[in-house]
Amino acid sequence: MANKVLMKGNEAIALAAVKGGVEAYFGYPITPQNEVSEYLSKYMFEQGRVFLQAESEVAAINMVYGAAASGKRVMTSSSSPGIALKQEGISYLAGSELPAVIVSVMRGGPGLGGIQPSQADYYQATRGGGNGDYHTIVFAPESIQETVDVMKEAFDVADYYRNPVMVLVDGLIGQMMEAVDFNRPVTKRFLPPKDWAAGGMNGHSGRNTICSLYLDPYELEAHNLKLQKKYQAAIQNETKFELVNMEDPDYVIVAYGTMARVVRSAIEILTKKKLNVGMIRPISVWPFPKAPFKAINRNCKGILVCEMSLGQMLDDVRIMNNGALPVGFFGRAGGIVPEPEEVVDAILHFEQRRVD
Amino acid sequence: MNDSVNIKVAGFGGQGVMMFGQMLAYAATEEELFALWVPSYGPETRGGTANCSVIVAKKPINSPVFQKADRLVAFNLPSLEKFRDKVEKNGIVLYNSSLIKEPGAISASTVLAVPANDVALSLGNIQVANMVMLGAFLEVTGMFLPATVEHILQKLLGERKAHLMPINLAAIAAGRDLVKNGASSHA
Repeated sequence: MANKVLMKGNEAIALAAVKGGVEAYFGYPITPQNEVSEYLSKYMFEQGRVFLQAESEVAAINMVYGAAASGKRVMTSSSSPGIALKQEGISYLAGSELPAVIVSVMRGGPGLGGIQPSQADYYQATRGGGNGDYHTIVFAPESIQETVDVMKEAFDVADYYRNPVMVLVDGLIGQMMEAVDFNRPVTKRFLPPKDWAAGGMNGHSGRNTICSLYLDPYELEAHNLKLQKKYQAAIQNETKFELVNMEDPDYVIVAYGTMARVVRSAIEILTKKKLNVGMIRPISVWPFPKAPFKAINRNCKGILVCEMSLGQMLDDVRIMNNGALPVGFFGRAGGIVPEPEEVVDAILHFEQRRVD
Repeated sequence: MNDSVNIKVAGFGGQGVMMFGQMLAYAATEEELFALWVPSYGPETRGGTANCSVIVAKKPINSPVFQKADRLVAFNLPSLEKFRDKVEKNGIVLYNSSLIKEPGAISASTVLAVPANDVALSLGNIQVANMVMLGAFLEVTGMFLPATVEHILQKLLGERKAHLMPINLAAIAAGRDLVKNGASSHA
């Protein structure tokens, strides 16, 4: 661990963004993600890059739109109610095919809610509150190391698809400290030059226009079909997941982010109780992994979905399971991070947890 | 050291609770162990109790939360009240006996009364009470090499506060002495 440094999650997100080549950051303060801005306010200035604290979340996401349109690598970060305000901008980014990275550090809701860790913005992240047939590619890492790895890659993924990419963590990952290695290799992608950018006329004739307005319905449908093609490619290439103990399990737990780490400890306890429990851990929550659900052994007694919400990813698991196995749910809300023993109890009383 | 140790540190905001916990996490990282530090960041940090959890382990850490602590460090009575029932039976509890006069029954196998504020005042600075407690904690748990702790302290104080190094080291040594002399422990 010689090249590892102990760092707070939010600060690690900021430094990973710098390593990922972020050229401009626009944000507005909100707990529990403020250290992202705090760190970047110093670092970006020293590096001669852009840091701007906007007058609101709406302003920040539209600054992201403008800077992305100029061909720069840009990001913003916020938390639940703040991400809600950015939804219109995210839809416009998707419609205008602009790459940007959005970090969402979830806290309890709805409304102002609280400031403690939560996963209640799964719908917000994967379905989105913006209008139109669009998708945001969403990665939901479980540790600071994985957050850093995903952050570094997120800018490439955004550029490759010309689409917003969201890094979705809960407040605990933002606030906690863990040792992290910033020099792990990133998958190399071929990234075409940004010849579409509105970055001045040098090198090309004619004007580059960035917009999401298509008044002719046939033209707009063609645009939508073009976007869908990209989303299909993302489903093919960007689906990420981890399988834990998935050889012939009695039960399968599906969990992501901090919840997945709690589940790992629960699986250790259950193993001591001679129960064989596996886990499917989605790392990309859009696209949501499909293959591991097809591969579950048919004598498995059921799938338990665990979330720090009252059941949102549950919908995706139901779609992938398609009625094949009994489905149960365990979740805590409001900012409570469940203890492993609660998950153990939910597995031991699976029948009472059934929601299918 | 056990494969994994769960530590809870709690007190008033301003008593150096977060720094205490962070020093353990930094020391663990330097000794190539796995460490995870989780602060309480709720409204309770304003005027009430502040606390942090630290997990130190020989293998990668899974759950960032735990039901019961193996070690509890309580800097004030509200903190002891809040976490006294969340300690393992074979756990170790250190409490600040300068502020906690009547600790009541604590069901841990080792309980240490550490007059952290009094010792810090005798050294000339109340602010090193957390380092007195840290010294006692390190001595009773046997965690980390003294050189590691000294190095981490140096890093955290930085150049700007380098002049505070001697008094912090003296506080840690005084905390260790309290345990060595065994005066205030009971089983």
